[in-house]
Amino acid sequence: MTLLCVYLMAAFGLNLIVGYAGQMSIGQAAFYGIGAYIAGILMVKMGISFWLVLPIAAVACFAIGLALGFPALRVQHHYLAFATLGFNVLVFLVMRNEEQLTGGTFGISNIPRPSLFGWSLDGALPFFYFAFASVIILALVLWWLLRSPWGRAFAALRDNPIRAESTGVNITAYTLLAFAIGAACAGIGGVYLAALVNFIEPGQFHLSVSLMMLLAVIVGGSGRFFGPVLGSVVVILLPEWLRFLQDWYLAIFGFAVIVLMVFLPGGLLSLADRFKARGAAK
Amino acid sequence: MTPFLEVRDMKKQCGAVKAVDGVAMSVGPGEIVGVIGPNGSGKTTLGQIKPTAGSVEFCGEDITGMSPLELSRRGVGRTFQTLQVFVKLSVRDNLIAAAQEFKGTMPGRLFAAPDAGLGHHADEMIELFRLKHVAYLPAGSLSYGQQKLIDIAMAFMPAPRLVLLDEPCAGVNPSLVDQLHDLLVELNKTQGGSFVVIEHNMDFIMKLCPHVVCMVEGKVLAEGPPKEVQSNRQVLEAYLGN
Repeated sequence: MTLLCVYLMAAFGLNLIVGYAGQMSIGQAAFYGIGAYIAGILMVKMGISFWLVLPIAAVACFAIGLALGFPALRVQHHYLAFATLGFNVLVFLVMRNEEQLTGGTFGISNIPRPSLFGWSLDGALPFFYFAFASVIILALVLWWLLRSPWGRAFAALRDNPIRAESTGVNITAYTLLAFAIGAACAGIGGVYLAALVNFIEPGQFHLSVSLMMLLAVIVGGSGRFFGPVLGSVVVILLPEWLRFLQDWYLAIFGFAVIVLMVFLPGGLLSLADRFKARGAAK
Repeated sequence: MTPFLEVRDMKKQCGAVKAVDGVAMSVGPGEIVGVIGPNGSGKTTLGQIKPTAGSVEFCGEDITGMSPLELSRRGVGRTFQTLQVFVKLSVRDNLIAAAQEFKGTMPGRLFAAPDAGLGHHADEMIELFRLKHVAYLPAGSLSYGQQKLIDIAMAFMPAPRLVLLDEPCAGVNPSLVDQLHDLLVELNKTQGGSFVVIEHNMDFIMKLCPHVVCMVEGKVLAEGPPKEVQSNRQVLEAYLGN
């Protein structure tokens, strides 16, 4: 459940990019990794406090997210997907090959958990409560942002960029901001992940993780605030619940996702709309 | 009348085709100018204000080649030939979205009220365009005619000084055409902006516009009061028919 909270931080950010601003990204795990490695390097090698590392990672990911947003100003859809995919691969290679800085394939271990007002968060349960409270705070901040005129501008950009620009929406600024805020959320998630598992290595931030995050957003309902919550539950917990099927559990999980995408392309939360529409038709 | 919008010797080359070829026209404050002409005559290209030669001046400022964003900030609103609404947003949100970026600064809007202080104005426009019964429905779920009304209402939300309306009557039933005429007359009175209306519906143009420009093959063939243009022999031969 703690991993779910941490994962959700990155998924909320991805939902802002994909679901609200209408941009494609399959590089979210790169920011998750950058946040985690900033935490690992600064906390283990330099002894900097978790509380200082958290804003540093968020700001660093925000800045890198701004830079990654630039391709989105020139290309869209699958071209943009490949640009972000390339970024994820690049970050993965840096994590694996820059051994002096990142520990290479050996990773970074002994990442400490923080304490809060003198209370140790070392135990599994205290850290869960801490991660749970943190994801709620992050969700509230995003909720407030999406309810503000910025949220409407993001939606305008997603629905119709041509009209958005002619109604004064600065599509350059809003595209970059969507990537930057989404990246910052993933960076924060990465710091929590590092503290949760105490050990990070490049495999945790592979392209497949980005794809799973995108799957979580789409399965739950892209562009719906609680979509990533439901999607992350499905993507993270469903395979665990299916383990009683032993060798078949991943195959059944894959099949369930295919069925879901075919019959509910709008995600699980679109079910409510379907029932509403049926009720209205009757 | 002092020109408000002044187009001088505008040319637009699209590959081997001269889409606009040396057009000059002017629009005065509060004036409604109709632009007619056969398909491919360069009407829409003229409205895009992105020439390869010539200049376009608006309120004394050269706006030649400016992006839609820069134009909108100078008070130039527009509609497009095809429907351009925000399909997943409600009608009310479409209208608010069309004007919110002109209120305050970008950082300031993050801390503004969710409706950016435009809720009341959006409700007035919804009332004016008779969209109250669908105000909270997603724009994409409505009929073509309703979306057309939203499209036009959006252009007028920030009270622009100049509005370019590209085929507002296309695909619209006759009763809605009459409604559109009345709305545009009222908005011209209340907001006081100038309109350039590109249209094929001659009855609509003749009723709405005191000044009409007829374009053929990228050039102005005739201009003047609607009756004069309508009876011009060249216009009859090239566009209206006998």
